[in-house]
Amino acid sequence: MKFLRDKIDQIKKPFGKGEKLEKFAPAVNALDTFLYVPNHTTKHGAHIRDAVDLKRTMITVVLALIPALIFGTWNAGYQSLSQIQEVVPFMDALVHGMWKVLPMIAVSYGVGLGIEFYFAIVRGHEVNEGYLVTGLLIPMIMPIDLPLWMLALSVIFAVIIGKEAFGGTGMNILNPALTARAFAFFAYPTYMSGDKVWVSDATTTDAISGETILGKLAAGQEAGYDTWSMFAGTIPGSISETSVLWILVGAAILVITGVGSWRIIVSGFLGAAFTAFLFELWGANPLMNFGMSHLLVGGLAFGIVFMATDPVSAAQTTRGKWIYGFLIGFFSILIRVFNPAYPEGVMMAILLLNVFAPTIDHYVVEGNVKRRKKRVAKQLKTA
Amino acid sequence: MSKDIRIKKGLDLKLVGEAEAKVDATSRSQVYSIKPSDFHKVTPKLVLKEGAEVKAGEVIFYSKNDEAVKFVSPVSGKISEIKRGEKRVILEINILADAQDTFVEHGKKNPKEMSAEQVKSHLLASGCWPFIKQRPYDVVATSTDTPKAIFISAYNSAPLSADVEVALKDKLTQFQAGVDALSKLTQGKVHLSVNGKVNSIFSSVSGVELHKVFGPHPSGNVGVQISKIDPINAGERVWIVAPQDVAIIGDLFLTGKFDATKVIALTGSEVTKPQYYTVRIGAQMKEIVSGKLASDNVRIISGDVFTGDKVSANGNLGYYSNTVTVIPEGNQYRMFGWLPFAGANKHSMQRTALSWLMPGKKYVADTNLNGEERALVVTGEMEKVMPLDIYPMQLLKACLANDIDKMESLGIYEVAPEDFALIDYTNTSKLEAQVIIREALDLMINEVG
Repeated sequence: MKFLRDKIDQIKKPFGKGEKLEKFAPAVNALDTFLYVPNHTTKHGAHIRDAVDLKRTMITVVLALIPALIFGTWNAGYQSLSQIQEVVPFMDALVHGMWKVLPMIAVSYGVGLGIEFYFAIVRGHEVNEGYLVTGLLIPMIMPIDLPLWMLALSVIFAVIIGKEAFGGTGMNILNPALTARAFAFFAYPTYMSGDKVWVSDATTTDAISGETILGKLAAGQEAGYDTWSMFAGTIPGSISETSVLWILVGAAILVITGVGSWRIIVSGFLGAAFTAFLFELWGANPLMNFGMSHLLVGGLAFGIVFMATDPVSAAQTTRGKWIYGFLIGFFSILIRVFNPAYPEGVMMAILLLNVFAPTIDHYVVEGNVKRRKKRVAKQLKTA
Repeated sequence: MSKDIRIKKGLDLKLVGEAEAKVDATSRSQVYSIKPSDFHKVTPKLVLKEGAEVKAGEVIFYSKNDEAVKFVSPVSGKISEIKRGEKRVILEINILADAQDTFVEHGKKNPKEMSAEQVKSHLLASGCWPFIKQRPYDVVATSTDTPKAIFISAYNSAPLSADVEVALKDKLTQFQAGVDALSKLTQGKVHLSVNGKVNSIFSSVSGVELHKVFGPHPSGNVGVQISKIDPINAGERVWIVAPQDVAIIGDLFLTGKFDATKVIALTGSEVTKPQYYTVRIGAQMKEIVSGKLASDNVRIISGDVFTGDKVSANGNLGYYSNTVTVIPEGNQYRMFGWLPFAGANKHSMQRTALSWLMPGKKYVADTNLNGEERALVVTGEMEKVMPLDIYPMQLLKACLANDIDKMESLGIYEVAPEDFALIDYTNTSKLEAQVIIREALDLMINEVG
């Protein structure tokens, strides 16, 4: 292994301090640090450090996404093929899905990482690992038939306007992946809604009706799927949002490793369940009557587990996380029910709460500040 | 009277190389050093020149901002060198030690019969004053202040740090005399906190309010104890003294001499036989560690692994250090070390490593950063190791932004850099929290005072 290390050091030499290509060092370092944890040692402060770093944290999120991604890829193929043939062999569906999904992932990573590397070089900081997650999330929440150039534009918008404009990873207000989806949704509404985009090749194959369940409900129709299908995810929808089962596997990975906030996940589902329950009591239309099944369809589970828990755009205080999660669940269902033009509310709910997360934190922290002021006031009284 | 302090948040990191409770003498160093940088924010004004003869306890320099505060030589000998850095800043004053010490005689005194002013001027004149530090800001106390209380933490909870119960087991009389003297300096109480899990030798100390401390590190940090006993508000001052320094103060009253002898723990995985040694303040590190180390590629820390200073073998024991820790340098690359669950021999507080499944395991920790510095992304991890009633991430961000109002309202007066040491250790972004807090406190000193 020493041979490899020496080789890398040799390649890196022209990128070293004071050398000709120094400003491109972040790009080379980003690649090198994926092979090796660098030999950097502590200078001051605590002389020893925890084994965790941002790479490890982000890779854990990527691992948590993999089950839903694989299922989503298979489901993309299955939804398409099951319309034209009776039996769909597993591998056929998976391969069909991969033909669709892998190019999307490649475009997302290629474009996004390109921008990240560019900013790292221009600003002279190291490349942040955050995009490893964002870059995978973006294709996972897009409709399967979204043209690749639209995907690329969404990525560019999300990374530049959603993230770098605010100062890069850690400073952004909105979740970058959702920013990409919101961009695509508002820029190309016909590609992001309706009954043709959720099943691959639906536009070219006759007799396919690929509406999502929420779309049908909003149009006043029956859902048309049983509870198990909705839970397992063999339904039309954005690539990886359909399977609550595999999303929950990802949630388990996030919660057990402590990478995702279990408070946000739990309170998010609680908020959604509570609101769905209230609307069921009201019961004025099919969307209201859908009850607890709301938790199984659309992007709700995916949003709460993988998007709401993004630590940068979420609330940062413990109590704030409970409020933030609950309100996301609440608004998701509220928007679904009251806005038939856009039945999928979780994207809006999370973006809305992203904006309000600092406000929630402010009031939580204010409690601490008040406690401190009260102590001073008491001191002055007794003195 | 005893009031217990219990905390839950924190981390008891178990490291290899704990010191055996055995005290030996070290051979006398040839050269002793005083580093003005040990006294944060003190600008030294030299009294003696290079080549001058000094007695143990003789004034070498005083503080420019508070001229009554004097700093004395730990040994008798000759000032061999005054090392200066940029802009002629004094880095180090080296004293070539005599074979035998001759002391400045201050005469025996009974603190109980002295007034507050007498005790104060005695401490100032003898050079014991720098042992008294002030919170907020964690600097040497101002000689004109009167603190609302004095706090002594006789419990070091940091990993591998010296056990006060061992270090002071033969010096209880001196300790008591020191407490008697210090109690004159405040209208308030003298608070003494001890490890709740052991039958403390300090239970018999009189004139103090005794607190038993329970819970993980940083429960031994005096700042944590202050916040539980009597938190600091804006404008207030409390003083803190380390227990071994209390004993040195006591010894001054009992014998009339400034005797800079203390017991330190030599610990860490790279020490062949970790145990306790008696040394003088400012002793040369090579006298302390030579022949006792298992390897060469090591980091010698004057202090504990969380808050100590990096010193070379030619360096010296810090003025306030009670521990010398020697751990391996981590200047190696690790292939794919960032993968989750990679490296079972590395401790992590996060559950993305295996260590949470092995709670009893003792670790050999090296100085590798285990990653690179990044923007703050992960939330909630700092709170897990912050027992103070403070929002650490919000406070750190206010500090980075130099927002004084916000720092004040978020509790900057209640913290010292050491309270953020565990945040240094645990945070995913490899943020230097202690440095940030130190710089913020310095800003407060300049702007608010």
